[in-house]
Amino acid sequence: MDADSEQRWPTYLRSVLAFSAVGVLLLYLLQRVQPLLPLSDGMAAVEQSSAWNTAVSFVTNTNWQGYSGESTMGNLVQMAGLAVQNFVSAAVGITVAIALVRGFARTTTDRLGNFWVDVTRTVTRVLLPISVVAALVLVLGGVVQNLSAGVAAHTLGGVTQFLPGGPVASQEAIKELGTNGGGFFNANSAHPFEGPTAWVSLFQIFLMLLIPFALPRTFGRMVGDKRQGYAILGVMAALASVSLGLMSWVQARSGGTATQLAGAAMEGQEVRFGGPLSALFADVTTLTSTGAVNSMHDSFTPLGGGVAMVNMMLGEVAPGGVGSGLYGMLVLAVITVFVAGLMVGRTPEYLGKRLGRREMTLASLYILTTPALVLIGTGIAMAFPAGRGAMLNAGPHGLSEVLYAFTSAANNNGSAFAGLSANTPFYNVALGLAMAFGRFLPIVFVLALAGRLAVQGRRPATVGTFPTHRPLFVSLLFAVVLVVVGLTYFPALSLGPLAEGL
Amino acid sequence: MTTLSGPPVVSARNLLTPDQVGPALVGSLKKLDPRAQLHQPVIFVVWVGSAFSTVLAIAEPTLFGWLIAGWLWLTVLFANVAEAVAEGRGKAQAATLRKARTTTVAHLVDGREVPAATLQPGDRVVVVAGQVIPGDGDVTEGIASVDESAITGESAPVIRESGGDRSAVTGGTTVLSDRIVVQITSKPGETFVDRMIGLVEGASRQKTPNEIALNILLSSLTVIFLLAVVTLQPLAIYSGAKQPIAVLIALVVCLIPTTIGALLSAIGIAGMDRLVQRNVLAMSGRAVEAAGDVNTLLLDKTGTITLGNRQAVTFMAVGGTEEKEVADAAQLASLADETPEGRSVVVLAKTQYGLRERSDLPGAQFVPFTAQTRMSGVDLPDGRELRKGAAGAVTGWVRACGGHVPREVAQFVDGISGSGGTPLVLASLDQGTARVLGVIHLKDVVKQGMRERFDELRRMGIRTVMITGDNERTARAIAEEAGVDDVLAEATPEDKLALIAREQAGGRLVAMTGDGTNDAPALAQADVGVAMNTGTSAAKEAGNMVDLDSNPTKLIEIVEIGKQLLITRGSLTTFSIANDIAKYFAILPAMFAGVFPALATLNIMRLASPQSAILSAVIFNALIIVALVPLALRGVRYTPASASAMLRRNLLVYGAGGVILPFVGIKLIDLLVSLLPGIA
Repeated sequence: MDADSEQRWPTYLRSVLAFSAVGVLLLYLLQRVQPLLPLSDGMAAVEQSSAWNTAVSFVTNTNWQGYSGESTMGNLVQMAGLAVQNFVSAAVGITVAIALVRGFARTTTDRLGNFWVDVTRTVTRVLLPISVVAALVLVLGGVVQNLSAGVAAHTLGGVTQFLPGGPVASQEAIKELGTNGGGFFNANSAHPFEGPTAWVSLFQIFLMLLIPFALPRTFGRMVGDKRQGYAILGVMAALASVSLGLMSWVQARSGGTATQLAGAAMEGQEVRFGGPLSALFADVTTLTSTGAVNSMHDSFTPLGGGVAMVNMMLGEVAPGGVGSGLYGMLVLAVITVFVAGLMVGRTPEYLGKRLGRREMTLASLYILTTPALVLIGTGIAMAFPAGRGAMLNAGPHGLSEVLYAFTSAANNNGSAFAGLSANTPFYNVALGLAMAFGRFLPIVFVLALAGRLAVQGRRPATVGTFPTHRPLFVSLLFAVVLVVVGLTYFPALSLGPLAEGL
Repeated sequence: MTTLSGPPVVSARNLLTPDQVGPALVGSLKKLDPRAQLHQPVIFVVWVGSAFSTVLAIAEPTLFGWLIAGWLWLTVLFANVAEAVAEGRGKAQAATLRKARTTTVAHLVDGREVPAATLQPGDRVVVVAGQVIPGDGDVTEGIASVDESAITGESAPVIRESGGDRSAVTGGTTVLSDRIVVQITSKPGETFVDRMIGLVEGASRQKTPNEIALNILLSSLTVIFLLAVVTLQPLAIYSGAKQPIAVLIALVVCLIPTTIGALLSAIGIAGMDRLVQRNVLAMSGRAVEAAGDVNTLLLDKTGTITLGNRQAVTFMAVGGTEEKEVADAAQLASLADETPEGRSVVVLAKTQYGLRERSDLPGAQFVPFTAQTRMSGVDLPDGRELRKGAAGAVTGWVRACGGHVPREVAQFVDGISGSGGTPLVLASLDQGTARVLGVIHLKDVVKQGMRERFDELRRMGIRTVMITGDNERTARAIAEEAGVDDVLAEATPEDKLALIAREQAGGRLVAMTGDGTNDAPALAQADVGVAMNTGTSAAKEAGNMVDLDSNPTKLIEIVEIGKQLLITRGSLTTFSIANDIAKYFAILPAMFAGVFPALATLNIMRLASPQSAILSAVIFNALIIVALVPLALRGVRYTPASASAMLRRNLLVYGAGGVILPFVGIKLIDLLVSLLPGIA
């Protein structure tokens, strides 16, 4: 591998796609031949549609889990399959974001960097070192780390209790750091071995936010103007704060006798640490495209579940997944700059790059992709018995469950609303497709956009240029994100969480 | 390039005169043909929705169904009206131009007579007084005065002569005197007048790059909203609230950006029209947009920044002479001098020293300026001889007459030259004594208000560069006075071209004006090249705009029109999208409050009934198009300001306004609609 040879955007894209396709294939095979491999703890081969769904899920950084971890995946698949993808899928997101940033930072070149170099460096220089430290901290906090298949314990009450084991802490670290969210256990971070204490939960929240909130600064540094990065960071932080405020408020104020007696909606909450930490975790996990949970979102108040859904519907940009959050927000910034640029009477330009026909086509296709997947997916699921049959709840809540599933898959979040038996061939395939298209179509558009931007020269900024580092831009981008998302999903939301919660 | 700003030939017409509305309505009905809608994707969706809802209304006739179908058709119609009105304004102008393109007979130099329409480039034709010039071309022989009012609207005749920068003639103009031979330069059907007609009619209008980009964004929003509504039905069926198709169509039409979609092409046509009204012809919409993006303006000094004539600004007395005496002598010496410089001396003496202009001096002998003597003057009846002229010539004359030239003369002369002015020395020969009376300071006078214009441009982020043939020192002095940002002194055409290339290499867009053949390469290279109509055909070919008034200052207005065009599009897009919020609050509770009473809380406008709510939203959506037509044609208010200030204002007016206005509008319409029996 010649580290100095840089790639044009089509080559970069082909590398991303080939790498991911190979990842899906390997992970699929690994699950299918599980019984033949060592360290499989006697687990059977994973069923076809579930294996496909899981393979896509982990490669797309979604980590939607239709299966139950402790009863499906042996330690080998967990470590060699899932954990590896936890690292590389996160790295792919970061490299794509960096390629887009290079598009802004570079001038008159068709080279975006070398994918293989970028992905290797991201894993070895960013993800691995932090994960090692984080895993050690988690072990200190009481998270399990061994290669045991679990032990059977005889309790004082005289019953036999099965205590599962496994390399949990090491997986846990990258699960949060890489905004993956795929839990070792089905209960995810609500499992005492994954999230033993309140401060471990808080540490996990910190890990989730670490890279997505750090990348805007990288962006600012790479384009040579840190203020640009802080502006993007500002929008992400503002959206996250509003979301968190809303989530905490709707969770605490909900009506109903039982809830009032308990002081807040407690069902399905992380009762060990209290409602507020559940709300915080749920909010962060949906804002960051992680999808790890320490409580059951299905049991949130209808509006609380709605907030979690809106968090994902934002397109996972506040701050979103590692890398994907940054590129998503930058595409939204492109749209914002376009409208704002027209309003100041100039051909819109962002960071000195003109936003013309091709750039807008790519940005428009980007913002079109996930809403299309969510809406079409939900529409189809509700229209056919195969989709409706898996719903465990009736009424608007049932609809919320399906809407949540497709929102989570298409936006590569991976958290589930539960209450939906998603491990059926229909959902495995449909959600798998939503995840794959929701991940890779935007990547195609982002890399093409990066290529278009990189070949441009840079137009100098004047007082006639709309500055993109001021509060005015931050507020405008904030408004554009909310308005675009609100207008797209309002009808669907009104029949789900709003119908149930108002 | 000495023409001063003339009045706009086409006066700013009223936006919507009754005689325009008739043809516009006819035109908009013609445009109901779906093929005419394909270039406007948003309106095409409305068209399909209208057709569909009409079929539904026929199949299942209800008042509500018919009302929805009717208002949807009106939405399409209103969108067409906007375009037709904009086009209609151009058509009136085109009709005037067509009259200029009469079928004339061309007299070739070899004596043959052929129809003007068959002339080919290279043909040489003879045109004599009273004849119409049969085609565009350059004068190759002779000189003539030409009436160009058919094109420019300016009635004063202009001189056209062979060679130099005044050789271009336009087909359709009339020779008033003398005889010229014209070499034709345009192909049949591609003459200047043909192109003008195409442009003002909007026939040859192509979508501009920003318009295309905006259309893409609008199309993708349309797709998103289509999807949101189409996929809503299965969700609604599941929820037990199956929606009538007419309601879903109404929802789609309300959500997709119909307002901007309807007005987009009208805005583009109106932008071109605003240029035409200022007597500027843009050869492409792309050039108009580029004008809004310009970073650097190259302005010729003479005629653009300065008046183009040197004017007397001070009288300086030499050797104990009174200043008033200098003024008096200077005025006497200039009485017969009809050059602008001479006139300015007379005027200065009058305004500064109250010396009345003496119209006739009996017995005075005027000495005209000749290239040999390089001075002029007067011999008065009392024997006094007054001379004024170039320093060398006049001091030579004084010495030849035995006079003495004091040292301070040279000091004054050098001082004036150094500051960019021109010194004229004034001397007298009285009873055998020759002496220098004083020095007149002639100066290039910067046009009034230029400094303010340049400040304005700077606030818009545009840098101005003055181009002049003067030496660096003179150029700097004038640049300083006019307040331009930079100068290019002793500029050759190559220098200009190099400057443009350098600016463009730095990512900047350059605009310039020019009229000479040697300006042509620079005009072609510049992003916005405005050729003066008085200029050569080479210049007019090279530029992408032609100013019929030949007023180089107009470049600034062109920039503003380009900006206004984009601002209008951006503001109405913001407005259009902001409107959707209120429409959701009207329609969604109407659709689903029956099944989920909780959703009635979303009906914050307290609309009378579900049907009246949906109908009101549709009606508002249609009426807002009509209401905004004048704004689209006029363009949103534009005042030069920094980008941030402009954005803040437009966001407040069109963003916040766009959110609030429909809440009020829909509520008001609902109050009316709910009076209809069967709707409330």
